[in-house]
Amino acid sequence: MVGGSILSLPSAGWRVRHPRNTMKETDIKRLLYVHLLCIFSVILSIFIPSFFLENFSVLETHLTWLCICSAFVTAINLVLYLTVKPNASSKRSSLTHKVSRFLKCCFYILMSCFSFHVIFVLYGAPLIELVLETFLFAVLLSTFTTVPCLCLLGPNIKAWLRVFSRNGVTSIWENSLQITTISSFVGTWLGALPIPLDWERPWQVWPISCTLGATFGYVAGLVISPLWIYWNRKRLTYKNN
Amino acid sequence: MRLGSGTFAACCVAIEVLGVAVFLRGFFPAPVRSSSGTEPRAEPPAPEPSAGASSNWTKLPPPLFSKAVIVLIDALRDDFVFGSKGVKFMPYLTYLVEKGASHSYVAEAKPPTVTMPRIKALMTGSLPGFVDVVRNFNSPAVLEDNVLRQAKAAGKRIIFYGDETWLKLFPKHFVDYDGTTSFFVSDYTEVDNNVTRHLDTVLGREDWDVLILHYLGLDHIGHVSGPDSPLIGRKLSEMDGVLMKIHTSLLSKERGMLLPSLLVLCGDHGMSETGSHGASSIEEVNTPLIFISSAFERKAGGIRHPKHVQQTDLAATLAIGLGLPIPKNSVGSLLFPVVEGKPMREQLRFLHLNAAQLSKLLQENVPLYKKDPGFEQFKMSERLHGNWIKLYLEESSSEVLSHLGAKVLRQYLEALETLSLSLRRQVAPYDTYSMAVGIALVLEVLMLLLLSIPKALCSKAELEVPLSSPFFSLLFYLAFLALSAIHVIVCTSAESSCYFCSVSWLMAGGMMMLMSLLLCAVVSAFTKTSVTMKLSSKTLAHCGSRWSELDLLILSGTVGHVLSLGASSFIEEEHQTWYFLVNTLCLALCQELYSNYFLGADSDSPVEQGLGTAAPALPFTSHRSDVSECDRVHPASAFEMLRDYEKWMVLASPWAVLTCCRLLRSLNQTGVQWAHRPDLGHWLTSSDHKAELSILAAVSLIMIFVLVQRRCSPISRAALALGLVGVYCYRAAIGNVLLPWQPDSKAISKGVVEARFVYIFVLGILFTGTKDLLKSQVAAADCGIQARCLWEVHSGLVLLAALLFRPHNLPVLVFSLLVQALMTKFIWRPLKHDAAEVTMMHYWFGQAFFYFQGNSNNIATVDVSAGFVGLDSYVEIPAVSLTAFATYTGPILWASHLVNYLRSETNSSSSALRHACFCYALMGSVPVGAYIILVTSLRYHLFIWSVFAPKLLYEGMHLFITAALCIFFTAMDQTKLMKS
Repeated sequence: MVGGSILSLPSAGWRVRHPRNTMKETDIKRLLYVHLLCIFSVILSIFIPSFFLENFSVLETHLTWLCICSAFVTAINLVLYLTVKPNASSKRSSLTHKVSRFLKCCFYILMSCFSFHVIFVLYGAPLIELVLETFLFAVLLSTFTTVPCLCLLGPNIKAWLRVFSRNGVTSIWENSLQITTISSFVGTWLGALPIPLDWERPWQVWPISCTLGATFGYVAGLVISPLWIYWNRKRLTYKNN
Repeated sequence: MRLGSGTFAACCVAIEVLGVAVFLRGFFPAPVRSSSGTEPRAEPPAPEPSAGASSNWTKLPPPLFSKAVIVLIDALRDDFVFGSKGVKFMPYLTYLVEKGASHSYVAEAKPPTVTMPRIKALMTGSLPGFVDVVRNFNSPAVLEDNVLRQAKAAGKRIIFYGDETWLKLFPKHFVDYDGTTSFFVSDYTEVDNNVTRHLDTVLGREDWDVLILHYLGLDHIGHVSGPDSPLIGRKLSEMDGVLMKIHTSLLSKERGMLLPSLLVLCGDHGMSETGSHGASSIEEVNTPLIFISSAFERKAGGIRHPKHVQQTDLAATLAIGLGLPIPKNSVGSLLFPVVEGKPMREQLRFLHLNAAQLSKLLQENVPLYKKDPGFEQFKMSERLHGNWIKLYLEESSSEVLSHLGAKVLRQYLEALETLSLSLRRQVAPYDTYSMAVGIALVLEVLMLLLLSIPKALCSKAELEVPLSSPFFSLLFYLAFLALSAIHVIVCTSAESSCYFCSVSWLMAGGMMMLMSLLLCAVVSAFTKTSVTMKLSSKTLAHCGSRWSELDLLILSGTVGHVLSLGASSFIEEEHQTWYFLVNTLCLALCQELYSNYFLGADSDSPVEQGLGTAAPALPFTSHRSDVSECDRVHPASAFEMLRDYEKWMVLASPWAVLTCCRLLRSLNQTGVQWAHRPDLGHWLTSSDHKAELSILAAVSLIMIFVLVQRRCSPISRAALALGLVGVYCYRAAIGNVLLPWQPDSKAISKGVVEARFVYIFVLGILFTGTKDLLKSQVAAADCGIQARCLWEVHSGLVLLAALLFRPHNLPVLVFSLLVQALMTKFIWRPLKHDAAEVTMMHYWFGQAFFYFQGNSNNIATVDVSAGFVGLDSYVEIPAVSLTAFATYTGPILWASHLVNYLRSETNSSSSALRHACFCYALMGSVPVGAYIILVTSLRYHLFIWSVFAPKLLYEGMHLFITAALCIFFTAMDQTKLMKS
């Protein structure tokens, strides 16, 4: 274990900057930059393709956008987490271990795509029609949720469950992961609400409103989590960091 | 007085039902009706008015037309005839409209723009409202006076080909008929060929007076591919050909006859831009109405903008044209150009007949009819008419006669217009006072319920209800006085009729008293809560943070559902809301289950990393080693008690429930937007798949037996088995399913014997269950027996539901039992949810199953046939209660399961049932209270009658059912108290 618990209870005469505290603030700064880059990648995925592809628009060529957005977000996530290495605790390991870990990660992503697809169908998505749309939506949601989880926690279901249960987070990275993932889910969930309305808009078609909801939720989570952590930095104590 | 929170909630809901009833009575105005009953009594027609001199023309005038052909094209929008499509695809009709001997109008249909009420409006001339739909729920036949009945009474022979709705509405009216069903929407050629194939023979025949053709194809095309489909043009050309054929044949035959014949083309409703109908957009409301006859003058130039008239005007015009009395409840006025060619005396006579009928209707419906401008105009024109007759009989000069006649005519037409308008308006106004009283009552009850939440859900579940003190408080008397004063002022100054003013003074006084009493109770509860809030604001904040995700989900789901009721689309698609919420609930439960399972209830200490790496991604492939390790870490976990396969089941159960819900969702497509999608229910009920349906029904019945029998006594087990066999026999007898030894059922009976056979077992099971329950209280037997008795009552209800459900819906029952069993065993029991949470989950599932059955917020989806099971003829009380039970089976069975669950699971805490009752009452009454306010504020909304009003009826009925269930809960609670 790298550090003990960060207990930063503000006592009355405590003016000296605690080294842990400064580390936390640099961490938050790093987190903010990472998240800004992620948001940037989402925005890029909207604007970059129109230079290369004709007739590109998020609504009309939705599937293309889904693929591009997923690819961008995955790439940025991978690059960032490899460079920033928030979970520095991972010890040096052999190549075979790394390979198996990588394969496991791929398997997890695949499984998460399939299980999201299954959940969408259970929620009422058509079973046979629009399979590609539904699956690409599942891929997108996986890139917003599963990929960061894998980057941060590795293929480790136990750790995932711990992070997503109450009082289970052990670092600001996990905390921000929790917030972004939950906000992506909530965005997706809220995105389904306008579908039954009779406004007859192009974005009400399945699964566009949900993908847009997921994207907005993800971006909102990326914006909110550093701010939230910054505001609550005094209160937040992480055990077992 | 101290009351248990269950009793308190039951009382509250009962009062709320009263409030909603008053509100409904005010919201749905009584339709305009002639008081002279529905009997086809031959009333003498109004005699011709005459001033002094005797005119003995008291009989009805002779008919204007010998034959009438009515061509009704379903969903014929006005621009299909008068617009560019008409010019392009209906050249013959366009020629007739522009240059031929015809009169064309745009007839405005009133919502609901659905075929059946529109046919009624066309033939009776009245405006069938929602109350009418509810009143005539079980007797589809039109009991009101209508043109067809008058024609039949006058000995006219009527032939009908087309939509079979007519055959249901007017049974035994037609000498020859062929009904086509509008069931298979995707078929738009056969339905019309089935009508057209009769044309050649029937046009050759001489033995009819009225021919009615109802073409469905256009409507079907609209539903499938919308109004801009190329199929529309082809269909319109086909219809043009049909019209040409009829018209030429009529013309060729007319030579030998004294009187000309009449061809009427009309549409029952229009078509919206998406191709559907039912609401009140301009496209749905405007239909063409064209009269074609050689009696009319040929027009020189085309008039491109036809006059707007009401659809109800057809009945009066048709009656006059055929020499029949105008239907009594008709609010339409004669379309004058149709009779223009006649002599002045006859014209005036026709107008007088129409005006006399309308003023009679006005007299019967409006107490202050004498002040009505239409009535005054009518009286004046009648006087003038009398003068004219006098002059006519004295044989005055023709110039004077025509001059005066024209004046009388104008006067009459004005009178007709005003009368018709005020009669139509008579339907419109809301009875605001009754609505306000209802709203006040409902809101007071709601406030009381909401304010007493903290007290009612505390561990003791008892409330202090001050019943005697209000009588001594000043507030009570002040409120009572104020309300009574308002009542007196409103009722004495009321111009329109008001229901709440017409109830007896004693009852009104009682209501006032109740309202002021409730007001006092609300005020006292409010002060009490605010005081306790101040005192314990800290502890409350602490309580707030203790809420789990599940509580948050339930709360936000309930609030979201209530808010969604403000949008018409969300009401139309309310099933989606519930499916969505139930799915989310399952996923939330899944998350809770998994984190409890893998991490234990107190997951403050993170689990070792090594343990998790072996855990697979999906729950279905969980390793046993994992499980045992997990248990070692948390020996206190509730999962310890379960055996291995059960642990596996625990992990799989949320997914199983979700799968069940998904399967059920594809069984019945309801709502509006996606209702036309193919679903399993339609596939099963089509006659080609009878064998599949039979197998499914048999398997479902066996599954029901397997799922229900495990907790029954041997006797009721046998009764249940026999009853379920009886259900299958009943379905076989009425021809829904096949018996293996009788592959082709020869005679389809009503299955009265079989159904009554099942009823005996239902009653037997219910009776023995109740009897044992009561006995166990007296004898202070143990809880096991009580739980078994309650289960027997539940199984009796299941059997009844199995009898009443259509065979393709039996899987709904199976899955409901399955989901109940799974949730009880693998979710609620291990996770130890408290009574309130379990109640709300039951409520949500009950709502979802209400829609899984195929219900929607549209009156049309109520399965009326359930009311006729086992009855020879329509008997009101059993039929209505059986229909209500069949419609609300989902909520009722889930509530009954809730009682069972709480009685068998939570024996330790005595307040569980009371909490459950309170929560159930709250969940039921919050949407109603909010919805009533919403409807009141949206009462001039475009969709008020097509979307919001039916939902209001559903909500009212649901509240009534909730009240009954709460009383049942309380009774169970009381029996428990007696025992302890």
